[in-house]
Amino acid sequence: MVTDQPRWRVHVGEACIAAGSCLALAPHRFTRGADGRSHPTDTVFKADDAVLDAAASCPMEAITVSHAQTGEPIAP
Amino acid sequence: MLAGRRVAEVNTLTEAPVPYPFPSPPSIFHPSPELGELQRTRPVAQFQLADGRTGWLATRSDDVRQVLTDQRFSRAAANDPDVPDIGPGAEAAGSIIGMDPPEHTRLRRLVAGAFTARRVEALRPRVAVLVDKLIDDLLKQPQPADLVEGFSLPLPVQVICELLGVPAHDRHTFHEWSDAVLGDASRDPEQAALAFGQLAMYFAGLIAAKRAQPGDDLLTALIAARDADDRLSEEELVVLGITLLVAGHETTANQINMMLVTLHEFPEQWEQLRAEPTGIPQAVEELMRFVQLGEAGAAFPRVATEEVDLGGVRIPAGAAVLPVLTVANRDPALVTDPDRLDVTRGLSTHLSFGAGVHHCLGAQLARMELQEALRGLVTRLPQLRIATPVADLHFKKGMIVRSLRALPVRW
Repeated sequence: MVTDQPRWRVHVGEACIAAGSCLALAPHRFTRGADGRSHPTDTVFKADDAVLDAAASCPMEAITVSHAQTGEPIAP
Repeated sequence: MLAGRRVAEVNTLTEAPVPYPFPSPPSIFHPSPELGELQRTRPVAQFQLADGRTGWLATRSDDVRQVLTDQRFSRAAANDPDVPDIGPGAEAAGSIIGMDPPEHTRLRRLVAGAFTARRVEALRPRVAVLVDKLIDDLLKQPQPADLVEGFSLPLPVQVICELLGVPAHDRHTFHEWSDAVLGDASRDPEQAALAFGQLAMYFAGLIAAKRAQPGDDLLTALIAARDADDRLSEEELVVLGITLLVAGHETTANQINMMLVTLHEFPEQWEQLRAEPTGIPQAVEELMRFVQLGEAGAAFPRVATEEVDLGGVRIPAGAAVLPVLTVANRDPALVTDPDRLDVTRGLSTHLSFGAGVHHCLGAQLARMELQEALRGLVTRLPQLRIATPVADLHFKKGMIVRSLRALPVRW
């Protein structure tokens, strides 16, 4: 079965300083952990522009987005 | 009938709004005692201005964080002149700080790349050179010398001007306008509007010059984004330029001054840095948390676009909330012994840069400048001290940040 929408993988790296921009731009995609840092709610999900906005907004460029299957980088 | 409501809601309904703003705090090193009291007893409390307008104060760090990150709280809805505020609210309209996603996102994306940690690190050597030059010049002056004119103002001005592509020799021209734009409600609103107009004219001229002769700077890049891709309007371009220029130096310059005044008040903390200059980055974070950069200490107001539960209190749709960053930074839930300055702490989850989509764009740049400024002063002027009693320091009247006219120092 072929899905029409690409699936992406997102990762929040160690550089996260809890600025919270991603939480505000894509609240369905990121949650704030007990350590104050951001964590993806799902590591793999259907392509979502809000996640690109979040990656672009991160002051630390801590959010990386890639194609789930091939690992090809998408953002930042 | 009352049994069905939460206890906090009942208490809020029966408690009168607190008169706001509060009187000037007895100490420039701590938030108003009224704010501490609210944090302990009424963390989400209704306030009332002299003219009768009401709003809400959020004082706990969790609640403040929610106001800044919850999409139901709007900055755009707070541009209405009827929204109670004691800061330069009107000037935020038309600026990125007065927008919500997606308008906000569109503009923020245009500039975010210039302010990432990576780009900022690349500027560090240049900033270190500037710091050393300024200290070289300071050392040639008779004592006491003015640190404001000789160091804390020219440093961030030079940096933001280079980044933006604004001629630094115009500094004395735009500095007065910049002060007026950051005026508080005690000022004639006409003054702020006039100053903003002057800055707009200045930038319009600068933009025209750059269209004729492009530079290798952020303003040129923004002009290209407009001219080639229509990604922002001419007005947005001008206002963004003003916002970056004003935000890019006022807060940093005043933070440098307040860091030094605060370290002077707690000399064992300065000694700690002298002994261990590698601890300067942690010290900068703790000073960001501890320093009272403004009297009121609140970020720009947000308006609830629908009813929101904030800390167990029902905020009605349309109500304005002031997130009080300074007292949130002193929340015992955030750090133990919060009213003690400890430069070895290094907590980076303070709220001084805000949170959410409006999290300070220049935060990494500010951090780096503050680190280099402190490094230069601690290592080259280890005997630095304020030459005037704190009570005699002259803060400019009517600004939302504590801005010193002068800071006489000896070394």
